[in-house]
Amino acid sequence: MSLATILMTVFSTTLIYAAPLIFTALGGAFSEHSGVVNVGLEGMMIVGAFSSTVFNLSFANLFGAATPWLSLIIGAVFGLVFSALHAVATINFRADHIISGTVLNMMAPALCVFLTRIFYSGKGQTPVIDQSMGTFTFPGISRIPLLGKMFFTHTSLAAYVAIIVGIGSWYFLYRTNIGLRLRSVGENPTAADTLGINVAAYRYLGVLLSGFLGGIGGAVMAQSITLNFSASTISGQGFMSLAAMIFGKWNPLGATAAAIFFGLAQSLPIIGGYIPVLAHVNSVWFEIAPYVITVIVLVLFLGKAVAPAADGQNYIKGK
Amino acid sequence: MKLRTFKGLTIPLLSVAAGFLVGAIVMLLFGYNPLQNYANLFNGSFGDIYSIGETLRNMISLILTALGFAVASKAGFFNIGGPGQYLFGWFGGIVFALLFPHLPTFLLISGSLLMGAIFGGVWSMIAGVLRAYFGTSEVITTIMLNYISLYFVNYAVKAWLAKKGSDSSPNIVAKANLNTPFLKSITNNSTFNWGFFIALVVVIIVWLYFNKTRSGFEIRAVGLNEAASRYAGINVKKTIITAMLISGLLAGLGGAIDGLGNFQNISVSNNLPSVGFNGMAVALLAAENPIGIVFAALLFSALQIGGLSISVYSNTPSEIVDIVIAAIIFFVGIKYVFELILAKRRKKNNFSVKGVKSR
Repeated sequence: MSLATILMTVFSTTLIYAAPLIFTALGGAFSEHSGVVNVGLEGMMIVGAFSSTVFNLSFANLFGAATPWLSLIIGAVFGLVFSALHAVATINFRADHIISGTVLNMMAPALCVFLTRIFYSGKGQTPVIDQSMGTFTFPGISRIPLLGKMFFTHTSLAAYVAIIVGIGSWYFLYRTNIGLRLRSVGENPTAADTLGINVAAYRYLGVLLSGFLGGIGGAVMAQSITLNFSASTISGQGFMSLAAMIFGKWNPLGATAAAIFFGLAQSLPIIGGYIPVLAHVNSVWFEIAPYVITVIVLVLFLGKAVAPAADGQNYIKGK
Repeated sequence: MKLRTFKGLTIPLLSVAAGFLVGAIVMLLFGYNPLQNYANLFNGSFGDIYSIGETLRNMISLILTALGFAVASKAGFFNIGGPGQYLFGWFGGIVFALLFPHLPTFLLISGSLLMGAIFGGVWSMIAGVLRAYFGTSEVITTIMLNYISLYFVNYAVKAWLAKKGSDSSPNIVAKANLNTPFLKSITNNSTFNWGFFIALVVVIIVWLYFNKTRSGFEIRAVGLNEAASRYAGINVKKTIITAMLISGLLAGLGGAIDGLGNFQNISVSNNLPSVGFNGMAVALLAAENPIGIVFAALLFSALQIGGLSISVYSNTPSEIVDIVIAAIIFFVGIKYVFELILAKRRKKNNFSVKGVKSR
């Protein structure tokens, strides 16, 4: 196999596995910047994966090749609706953020497998979708020598969309009024409130955006990797996204980069066989690498002060 | 005092009722009969001696993982690492039993349980050490440790314990089985095993530990106010590590008992064992009270065991019980709402509302 083909395989597999993580990690960043800790990303991904798969299976013959892309929107909408549970519990009802997030992670698989059994004659998994998100070759730029083949041939379009969303998220959070206000309620809600910023509204925005993006993340997972829905469609990707967000120091650009890195780590067991040096390394090391790296990064490089200052604290007016 | 006990039980009971209500509404929405299903659920968990044996057996690991969560929680830590610690305990117990099958029964069993507990404890202690010395959030590290343990144990089972091409270890020797012929005979061949009594003894030990020992007091003090504890001369770092160690010992013991009493081997699995998360739910419902944990574990165990017969006697998916469990914990989480409603009612009834505070 030529070097260019090996590199193409490495990059495209990495991006395919990174796409769901990027979307979800960005979602986590929105929620946490608004001051709501989000360990419920896994649950939001599950809902996104389930709803998108049901949509795809039901409407594939109507929308044809556009179905997987439309189903991302469906996954996003249901993820958003589901995340409202977390928003109501933490913002209005003063629930502990971690308990509420854990409830999301318990409720999502229960509800989605329950519905799967109802919709698909008692089976715990859906059929495989016909219209999946295949690989994409960019017209034109893919003909650039070497680079075109490495980055733009048989690659994941969703990942490129995710990277653009990542850049947009950074701009939104650090350069726009709404984004700065959203961050202010996560840093110092009392001060923000004093300035007339509606703390609850911005926290809602943060959590719902995380549900929207987490839903897309789960949908991408189902539409491009697992191609159906079952209890094990999402197995830790939500937590890995959370890790990517922390690894990226809560910054959307950092989170995107970290998610791509984790995508590489996740794809190593698959592409390892093609690369002579890695062929003899046991795949268990690739499997645990993202988690070990996250712990090491947390220990070595992160002080306590990196997370938004009021992350995880309920804001109670007048206290 | 009377008000406190009243309040202590009110919120869990209301949460349970609300959780069952949510389950009933979901069933009605999809055209299932909630009363019939709840009756089947009750029958499936308490209807005969076999079901009771299964329900009590399922309580064991719920109690132990819940106690583990509670110990860390009293020290102010949210140990989500229960699944990984349980898995390591299960692994440790089976490894010991496979390595030393010729030991006398008592040594074999106690050695296996000890090994499982130590595996779980050391695994959890990693998060404690990182928290104590580097301030690393135990929420994140325990989540990461969960996945590391899943992949590592899968690898270890396949590479070291299982025969080539198999996904599970060989079975342990019969004498290491906690589900003895005697217990089998009185419970109509259920998996009820001696681990149940071990778990109850551990409940009492943990209760005594918190309420009667210095170390238990220190854990609670650090959980209430770390800075004040430090000024009072408590070694906070040591206390954090101790709390996480005990937490993991308990979850690991749960895994080892399930390994010896229920599974008799260990297999490769796709997902983390759900008992770790359910144990957390048990502890939250019981507000981390060791005695309350026994009752909360009974409830959740009955839901899980009874849930199996829901899908046998009707076409209602058994996942409905997981929906009920998640809903119960949701209501425990938003207890502020209940406190608000109760305070309003008390106001109406002309009781004093001065003491009602929300956290």
